[in-house]
Amino acid sequence: MLNKVKAADSRIANIGWEGKTLRQMLKESDDIFDRTGHYQGLKDLKIRNGQPILYEKIFSHLRGGLVNARSTALNISASPIVKEIGELSFALYTPEGESVALSTGIIVHVHTMADAIKYMIRNNYEQNPGIAPGHVFCNNNSMIGDVHTADVHTLIPIFWEGELIGWAGGVTHEIDVGGIQPGSMCYGHADRYGDGLLVSAELVGTNDLFHEDYLQRCRDNVRAEMYWVLDEKTRLTGCQLVREQVYRTIEEVGLETYKSFIREAVEEGRRTLIGKVKQMAFPGEYEAPTFIDLPWKDDETVHPLARKDTMMHAPLRMKITGDGHMGLSFDGANQWDYHSFNCAPSPMQGAMWVQLTQTLWNSDKINDGAYYATSIELPKGSWCNPDYDKVSTTLTWFFLIPSFTGFVRSLARSYFARGYLEEISASYPCTWNLLQGGGINHFGQPSAFTNFEISCQGTGAAYVKDGEAACAAMWNPEGDMGEVETWEHLEPLLYLGRGRKANTSGAGKYRGGCGAESLRMLFKTQSQILFSAGEGHVFSSAGVFGGYPGNSGYRHNVHNSNMKELAAAKAPYPTLDGDPENSAISAMVKGDEVFDLNQMTGPHPFGEYDLYASVQRGGPGLGDPLERDPASVAGDVNAGELLERFAKPIYGVVLTKGADGRLQADLAATQTERAAMRKRRLERAVDTKDFIARERERVLAGNINAPIRAMYQSSMKLSTRWAAHFRNFWSLADDFSF
Amino acid sequence: MSVSHDINTLRELKDGKLSFEKLHGLISGFKDADRFDKMVQIWQESVEWDDPILLPLAEHLFVVRKPDGRRIVKSTWGHEYCDVQENWKLHAKVFVRDTEELINELYPDKLGCDPEWMQLREYYDPISGTLLEVEVVPPGYPIVHDFKPDIDTFYREWLGRPVP
Repeated sequence: MLNKVKAADSRIANIGWEGKTLRQMLKESDDIFDRTGHYQGLKDLKIRNGQPILYEKIFSHLRGGLVNARSTALNISASPIVKEIGELSFALYTPEGESVALSTGIIVHVHTMADAIKYMIRNNYEQNPGIAPGHVFCNNNSMIGDVHTADVHTLIPIFWEGELIGWAGGVTHEIDVGGIQPGSMCYGHADRYGDGLLVSAELVGTNDLFHEDYLQRCRDNVRAEMYWVLDEKTRLTGCQLVREQVYRTIEEVGLETYKSFIREAVEEGRRTLIGKVKQMAFPGEYEAPTFIDLPWKDDETVHPLARKDTMMHAPLRMKITGDGHMGLSFDGANQWDYHSFNCAPSPMQGAMWVQLTQTLWNSDKINDGAYYATSIELPKGSWCNPDYDKVSTTLTWFFLIPSFTGFVRSLARSYFARGYLEEISASYPCTWNLLQGGGINHFGQPSAFTNFEISCQGTGAAYVKDGEAACAAMWNPEGDMGEVETWEHLEPLLYLGRGRKANTSGAGKYRGGCGAESLRMLFKTQSQILFSAGEGHVFSSAGVFGGYPGNSGYRHNVHNSNMKELAAAKAPYPTLDGDPENSAISAMVKGDEVFDLNQMTGPHPFGEYDLYASVQRGGPGLGDPLERDPASVAGDVNAGELLERFAKPIYGVVLTKGADGRLQADLAATQTERAAMRKRRLERAVDTKDFIARERERVLAGNINAPIRAMYQSSMKLSTRWAAHFRNFWSLADDFSF
Repeated sequence: MSVSHDINTLRELKDGKLSFEKLHGLISGFKDADRFDKMVQIWQESVEWDDPILLPLAEHLFVVRKPDGRRIVKSTWGHEYCDVQENWKLHAKVFVRDTEELINELYPDKLGCDPEWMQLREYYDPISGTLLEVEVVPPGYPIVHDFKPDIDTFYREWLGRPVP
């Protein structure tokens, strides 16, 4: 609906309010915030305080419009990631690019789209290429404002009588982006020249229509072209629905009220977050580092520059000050490198924001006000703020996801201190294994796919209950693993089985939610390139208060298998891998087996009847496992979520078989065993100062795995503060290095 | 909106005995401003020593005020670790799982970490042998100071009263 504009030509000078340019408006907005500490200098929220019913009504109108836009647009898409998994969201922005309200869905992108809008404003798009009614912009450049290439933004300006009154934005995750290898997040190449189709905040449509040459460029450059083009239409439709709702709202309440409302909503958002921090958090300093391994020294499928073993260092610190400000710092992070897991500042801010929506501010009224109430320090030159803008970022998530697990654990400590035990979570597990790839598919077509079972991991233990099994992702609170049949339609891999994986839950007084696993077999395809992604040598999350992390991952594939012969003979075949120490795959299938901790692989070739085990993660645990209810341990074993032989060494629970054949806890024997275990713990533990003395010698001797030494060296080089911290802790000389 | 919960409800919350319906109500409802004081009272009831609790620091660990005014970290079982500004872990017992054999006591082979890349450091209370925290870090990583609370700011600026 373009009838709310006076002119529809491609250039309108000074489209901002009161005859200003957008750049002027953004600069004034930043300046007045710096001067007053209030968004737009608003000290008095006149509508909110004077007409609260009207204020809430406007918000509900807009929020309803956004949720409706997502639900309607979702059905235009043919992409399973969007339609089945719901990987899309929409948001409404101020003229300067602050989000006012958002839909449900993958809301991590609400802030990254704000960055893209501000980029266009700061780079004077108002003059060239122009910002006019009916214009359609697209962006998937994370250096501008995005998480990674697969997340594609549509942004449209919303005009009212020649004046820009805001922006609507929508994002979907694409199945393929035309990278050097198939899949939406391919990797193994050295830099962004392998990342695929990059659309850098580009004008891709006018008069509410995509430019045909743009769509043709997309068709020519991505493998899953139908999905890409349909998703373009999905996002544009959603943005138009949002715009319609804005028009309806203005017709009802008037332009000036609408303008005041969007300003007040952002300032209210800022105040709400500060209020939430003061209400539920505790001032002080928190430390929660995380790590992830990249074991590529011997992986010949990756670029020579990337062919080395690397450890990512995310030394997260959180500081909450008396004024309610929450600041995160990654000072001490190690350097970016020639892989695809580098992360621009925009997704780091987006990740902080999305974690706030799931923790401190789990309300539908969250918006970019949170951005004004927080800060994040990202050291230049590190993996989370590269000083080379041609780095590859196709799978930014691989570093980003683990790096924020410590944020949730730190909040858990805050909640514990304040007594809000019901809010405590041991944090989330990371979202792998990520299976993606492509080749000539089962319909004889060149294709690419990304399997989004990853959106369902076990959740972290709560203070008062176990985590939930296979149901959520940190980047999308509405996790859905999708129907097996849908994935089999899209991917030339049959599901031999999908089920829960024993011993994936992090142990604790309350355990993490159980993870899942699938066993896939390539079928009706000559060959495919397949990736697997996840940690294998480390834990990329952690438990809290004595809880343990959930499982790490592994790689278990069989090439040149005898599955065809097994099927012809109607012989038993594995449906899951199960206990890796007693692998069903190893026991039942012959072939060339790959079974190791190199879970993170480059693009490896697979053929028909090859097997691919896809192991997901369980949530971290909370509290001492010896305090877990013994009957719950027996229940976990009976449910197949805990292998029987681990009930005693982890939980000190002695099991006996009941009359019904099910295992039950022998309470008296368990009590005796647990007392003995506590005693044994102290017998084999040492005073921490003795451990420090021993470990210091190891550091001094450099008797540490090469990638870990390189990680320390890189962190010390990038941060004098972290270098001093490391040297001081181990009482090392001021010039110590590895 | 002013909300307050019955102290017995909060006792049940701490002990994991709250019904799902009540727990859901606590999570989805407005937060109670008097929670901190009530929980401190509940924690104080749960220990056998008399030092007043200033702050619940972590499961089984509290910041208490000693008669001479010092603020120290103290466990449920009475072990006194250190001044609150120090890292209590430096005064605990620690057991490090840094071999495959030790890691595989808890994780089936291939579901745990590789000790060349990462170790599990288990910090125990020296009196009870209770596991208080598990660090998962690479060899040679400085011991993590999880939480250094700013008690003065909390009491004076957020609660509007002096530290007890």
